[in-house]
Amino acid sequence: MAKATFVVPALRQYPQVPAVTPGTMAHSAPFVAKPEFQSPLGFPGALADDWQAQAITKMGELLGKYRSLRVYMDSCVKCGACTDKCHYFLGTKDPKNMPVGRQDLMRKVYRRYFTLVGRIAPKLVGATDFTKEVLDDWYSYFHQCSQCRRCSVFCPYGIDTAEISMAAREIMDSIGVGQKYCNEIIGKVYTIGNNLGLPGPALRDTLEGLEEDVYDETGVKVRYPIDQVGADILLVTPSADFFAEPHVDGLIGYGKVFHEAGVSWTLSSYASEAANFGMFIGSYENMRRISLRIREEAIRLKVKRIIFGECGHAWRVAYSFLNTLAGPWDFLDSRYPVPQHICEFTYDLIQQGKLTFDKTQNDDKVLTYHDSCNVARASRMGDQPGGQFDIPRAIIKAVCNQFYDMDEDTIRDRTFCCGGGGGLLTDDLMELRVKGAQPRVEALNNVMQEKGVTHMAAICAICKSQFTKVLPYYGMEMDQIVSLHQLVSNAIVLTPREDDDEDDDEDGEDDAQALDDDDSESIDEAA
Amino acid sequence: MSFLTGLYAFAFYFAALVLVAGLTWKVVQYARTPAPLKIPTTPAPITGGGVVLRMTREVVLFESLFRGNKWTWIFSWIFHFGLFLVTLRHLRYFMDPVPTPIAFIQPFGIYAGFAMVLGLAGLWARRFLVDRVRYISSPSDHLILGLLVLIGCSGILMSFVVHTDIVSVKAFFLGLYSFDLKPLPADPLLLLHLSLVAGLMIIFPFSKLLHAPGLFFSPTRNQVDNPREWRHLAPWAARFEQR
Ligand code: HEM
Ligand code: SF4
Ligand code: SF4
Repeated sequence: MAKATFVVPALRQYPQVPAVTPGTMAHSAPFVAKPEFQSPLGFPGALADDWQAQAITKMGELLGKYRSLRVYMDSCVKCGACTDKCHYFLGTKDPKNMPVGRQDLMRKVYRRYFTLVGRIAPKLVGATDFTKEVLDDWYSYFHQCSQCRRCSVFCPYGIDTAEISMAAREIMDSIGVGQKYCNEIIGKVYTIGNNLGLPGPALRDTLEGLEEDVYDETGVKVRYPIDQVGADILLVTPSADFFAEPHVDGLIGYGKVFHEAGVSWTLSSYASEAANFGMFIGSYENMRRISLRIREEAIRLKVKRIIFGECGHAWRVAYSFLNTLAGPWDFLDSRYPVPQHICEFTYDLIQQGKLTFDKTQNDDKVLTYHDSCNVARASRMGDQPGGQFDIPRAIIKAVCNQFYDMDEDTIRDRTFCCGGGGGLLTDDLMELRVKGAQPRVEALNNVMQEKGVTHMAAICAICKSQFTKVLPYYGMEMDQIVSLHQLVSNAIVLTPREDDDEDDDEDGEDDAQALDDDDSESIDEAA
Repeated sequence: MSFLTGLYAFAFYFAALVLVAGLTWKVVQYARTPAPLKIPTTPAPITGGGVVLRMTREVVLFESLFRGNKWTWIFSWIFHFGLFLVTLRHLRYFMDPVPTPIAFIQPFGIYAGFAMVLGLAGLWARRFLVDRVRYISSPSDHLILGLLVLIGCSGILMSFVVHTDIVSVKAFFLGLYSFDLKPLPADPLLLLHLSLVAGLMIIFPFSKLLHAPGLFFSPTRNQVDNPREWRHLAPWAARFEQR
C-alpha cells in the first residue's frame, strides 16, 4: 500500500501557496472510454474527422442552454482571487489547475469562435483555435477538477469552474472523447441499477447478513428491508454502503435509527444507487434518466417519503435537482421535504428526544468533521442556510464526547475537497488524487498534532473511499476516516422488541459471504 | 463648425450607440438564456429579499472578493468607488440645471479621481508582482488598465494643472442632445481624455467589462435556495417531459 511513483506533497504547519510551475500535471489524464461505454449513454464512440466543427456547434448549443456558461465565459476580469483556492493547484503547482487557468482553456476557444475581438485579434485576448493540442489539454485538465465549487465562493462574480468543467466534458462526450470511469459506471446503473453493478440477489444476501451481524452483536432484531411495497420511507443510498468499510457501518447506523424511530422503510434493488454520475459529465439527459429510476421506484413501492443516505454529490443532485429532474413529488407525504437527508432525519429524532445514546462507546476516538464539498457549497439541510454545517456537527456532538473542528479556513463553505470528487475517484488518476488531498490532509494533520484528533467523520461515499486510499500515502491509517452514522451506530441504545428472542435464520450461515473479495477490490473504483 | 468638433461629435454618437446597443444585446442574451438547474453557492438566501441583500453586498462591498483576497479587494474597491464618484461628478456636464446632489459631490469627485488611479496602480502592480496573476494576464488586461489610468491621469491634469474651457465642453455635450453642434475647445489633453473615454465606451460590450452586467445574472449569486419547495424547470428541459 501507498507506494508512490511520484512525490507525495509535504504536510506543513502553515499552508503555503506554491510558486506557479507550468506543466507539472500535463501528463495526467484518465483512461478514455471505449465505444462500448459511450453508446449506452448516447455518445459517439470516437473522434470524427470534423470533430472540431462538431465541438464548436455543441459549445454554441450549451451557451444557449446554460446561463452560467454564457455569463461566466464573458465575466472573468482575471482578478486572481480564485488562483490560490483550488486544492489541485495547491497540491500540484500547475497553473492550469488554478480555477481561472482551467476556465481559460475553454475561454480561449470561446473567444476565438464566439466573440468579435477574439475573431479579429485573437492574440490580444488570448484566444486560440480549437486544435488537437487544446483538446488534449481539455481532456487532461477538465479531468483535474473535482467540481467542488470552492473557487465560486471567492470569485466576485461567483464564477463556478464546476459549471465549465461539466460543459467541457459534455462537449468532449458529444464528439466521442469520454472518460472511461464515469461512463462505464453510468452504464452499470442503466443495466444493473447501481455504480458497483451489484444485482438484486447479492443485495438481499448482504442485507440479510447485516441483520444477522447486528443481531449477534446487540441482541436486537434490526431490519434491513429491500423492495418492500408499502413501506413509508424509501432509502436511497450510495451502493458503496452495501459493503466495504467504513461505508457499511453507516448503513448499519441508518437501520438502527429507523428501528428506534419505529418507521417502516425499504431500500430498492432497481434504484439501488444514490450517486448520479450524470452530473459529473454535465449531461442533463443522463442525470435525468438516472434520477427517474428513483421516481419509478417511489411509485412502485408506494412509499410516502424519500430519504438519502450519506453521499455528497448525490445529495446535491437530490436536494438541488431532484425536484427539477424527476418531480413533481405531489404523490408523497407533503409534511416532509422531498427528499430528506438521513442526517436531517436523525437530527429531528434527537431534537424530539427519541434517541438514547451512550456516548462513551465512542470514547476511543477524538473526532473532527470533513464538510464534503457538494453538501457544503451546493445544498442545504434543515430549514436554515448553513444547516448543512450545523446538523452533522450537532449529531456528532450528540454521540461523541470529543470533537474538534479543523482550521476555519478549511471547513464549512471554505472546506477543501477530499481530492477524489467529480468523477476522479479512479486508480488511473492516483497521483492527482494524492496531491489534491494535500490541503485537506494538512489541516487534518494539524488538528491531530494540536488536539489529538484520531478520526475524521464524513458523509460522502467518495470522500470515504478517497481518504481510505490516500491517507496511507501521508503516513496515516486508512481507518481514520469514518461514516457519521457509524458513530451514531456505535452510541445508539437500541430498544429490544418482543420478537427479538426468536431466531428466524433458517437459510444457511454464509449469506454474508455473497459478495466475494473480488468485488471489494473494485469498491473504491466505483463509490 | 470645425472638423474637430464634427469628428468628436460623431465619435460620441457612435460610442454611445455601440455602448447602449451592445449592452442591451448582451443583457437580453443573458436574460434569455435559461438557467436549467438550481446552482446557488450555498449557504444561500432562502427568500427573494435575501437574494437582493446578497447581491447588494456583492455590488456595493464586493463581499466574495473580500473573502478571497484582501489586497485585491482594497485596491479594487478604492478604484471602483473612485470611478463611481467620478462618474457621478461628470454628470454635471450632461445636465442643466445641475441637480443638488451632483453639485454637492463635486469636491469629493475631484479627489475620487486620485483614488481611482491609486486603486488602478495597485491592481496593475499585482499583474506584475504576483506570479499567479501574471500567468493569467493577457495583453487586453494590461491595455484596459492602461486605458483607465490614462483617462484618470488626463482628467486629473485638467482639474489641477492645465485647465480647459469647461463651459464650452458642457455646451458641446448639451448640444449633442439636439444635434446642435457647439465648438469643442482644441486642448490636446481634453481631446486625449475624450477619445479615450469614447474608446472605453466602445470596448465595453466586447470585453471583460461585461463583468458589471454579468454579476447580476450569475446563477450562483442570484438564485434563491428553495429547490425542494419550488420546482424549477427550464423550457428546454420541460420538453423532455412531453415525451
Ligand atoms: C456593477 C458595477 C461593477 C461591479 C460590481 C464591479 C466589480 C468589480 C470587481 C469585484 C472586480 C474584481 C477586482 C479587480 O480586479 O479589480 C472588478 C474589476 C474591474 N472592473 Fe469592475 N465593477 C463594476 C463596474 C465597472 C465599470 C463600470 C468599469 C469601467 C469602466 C469597471 C472596470 C473594471 C476593471 C478595468 C477591472 C479589472 C481590474 C484589473 O485589471 O485588475 N468595473 N470589477
Ligand atoms: S471547482 Fe474545485 S476542483 Fe474545480 S477548479 Fe474550482 S476549486 Fe478547483
Ligand atoms: S476570481 Fe473570478 S473573476 Fe477573478 S480570476 Fe477567478 S474566475 Fe476570474
